[in-house]
Amino acid sequence: MEGSIALLGFGEGGWGPSIASGVLVTVSLALATLPVGLAIGFFVALGKQSQEPSVKLAANMYTTIFRGLPELLTLFLVYFGGQIGIQKLGQLLGYTGTIEINSFIAGMFAMGTVFSSYASEVFLSAFRAIPKGQYEGGYAIGLSYGQTMRKVILPQLIRIALPGLGNLWMILLKDTALVSAIGLADILRQTSVAARVTKHAFLFYGTACMIYLVLAILSSFVIDGIDRWSAKSGAKR
Amino acid sequence: MTESFINARTPTVLRPPAPPKGWTRSRVIGHILVGVWAALILGLLVYLYSAWNIDLVRKYGPTYLSGLGTTITLVGSSIILGAVLSIPVVLGRLSNNRIISSVAYFYVYFFRGTPLIAQVFLIYYGVGSFNKELQSIGLWVFFREAWFCALLAFALNTAAYQAEILRGAIRSVPLGQWEGAASLGISKAVTFWKIILPQALIVALRPYGNEVILMIKGSAIVALISVYDLMGYTKLAYSRTFDFQTYLWTAIIYLVLVEILRHLWDWMERRITRHLIR
Repeated sequence: MEGSIALLGFGEGGWGPSIASGVLVTVSLALATLPVGLAIGFFVALGKQSQEPSVKLAANMYTTIFRGLPELLTLFLVYFGGQIGIQKLGQLLGYTGTIEINSFIAGMFAMGTVFSSYASEVFLSAFRAIPKGQYEGGYAIGLSYGQTMRKVILPQLIRIALPGLGNLWMILLKDTALVSAIGLADILRQTSVAARVTKHAFLFYGTACMIYLVLAILSSFVIDGIDRWSAKSGAKR
Repeated sequence: MTESFINARTPTVLRPPAPPKGWTRSRVIGHILVGVWAALILGLLVYLYSAWNIDLVRKYGPTYLSGLGTTITLVGSSIILGAVLSIPVVLGRLSNNRIISSVAYFYVYFFRGTPLIAQVFLIYYGVGSFNKELQSIGLWVFFREAWFCALLAFALNTAAYQAEILRGAIRSVPLGQWEGAASLGISKAVTFWKIILPQALIVALRPYGNEVILMIKGSAIVALISVYDLMGYTKLAYSRTFDFQTYLWTAIIYLVLVEILRHLWDWMERRITRHLIR
């Protein structure tokens, strides 16, 4: 038991610092993906509820493709495919050296596409929950489409979509564990290294699971807080 | 005169002409986006055609098929095993006993709150590291094989998710159904099997379908613990040939598999809710 504490600690021979840096990588990857995924997801949802069939088709294809592919495969497609694509582009421009793609950026891209395709569904159902009269009321008092969207629809939309988006955040946090497969030093990668070196695999992978659990619990506190805060500005019932 | 007046008043009502469909901004954007998708798909097809290599297909085609078989067997058996395991978990979650229900709650929370890949590693590398102890109780044969470890991890994971699906579905059946059955003198077990479960399964069908699809997608990670499923053989083929089309073919296979399942589920849902359509 004392040996385990020493192994996980921050002292001599302890793996605490490297695991802590892994936590930092995981959290920053998830946080960096979130705004990208939310923004793309929102626009895809706008496309899905558009009157124009071509916009709808394009948006639906996006979700069909990125929800149908395994996350790991999306990650590899972005990582290896992006590398080959950029290499080809470099050759066209006359650059012959090898170009390495940053695994953090690749992870962000892959997680962002997966997140946004799920987020678009959440936003879409939230859009459907907002009555048409809200738009009409906005237009009736002379707001433009953009203003109606920003000042009337979005505040309600966020409130309705929040529980769904909270779930997606939890899924995103867990999915970031996959980036360890392309060599990014996240929680799972760091604990894997520690497990291989020290031969205490159960201890370190167990620790990794516990860290993810703690992150999930912390996130649920934050999400609850946001939920309460957004409910305050809603109509009193 | 009156006749002509009536005739004049009742011509066939003409529909107002459809508003001219101009090239609005959203229409232009939509056509551009569809054009981009079409170009991407066309580019993919052209690339796959130009990169067609019969040696590659002869060499790795059969391995892809057997990998697909492994994926389907693994997912199928873990879903069935998980369904069996989920029943005691649901009973625990619905139990009035504080201790039993909190144990079931922690089981569900643990498996839903941690990444599947960490669970697989925990079982394959973590439990596997106690090989001496496992050998002495004769379980080493099981934990030595990556396939069995993956199956165990998947079954435990999906049991937690399926338990939540089933619990939600059972809760969605109104209490009056239980009371109605009780007033007719039907025993609790019969009420559950004949009255509650058939109604709950309609609610649960869609989430179950999503769970199967999530498992198929999630099963790709077993390639990381050297199980040769579809993804595993793809990684092998790519590491030997460095030909990117290996990944593209896999993407197409997964996409087709998921789409088939999705349509199958749509069909099933239409079929079992026939009696609800008025």
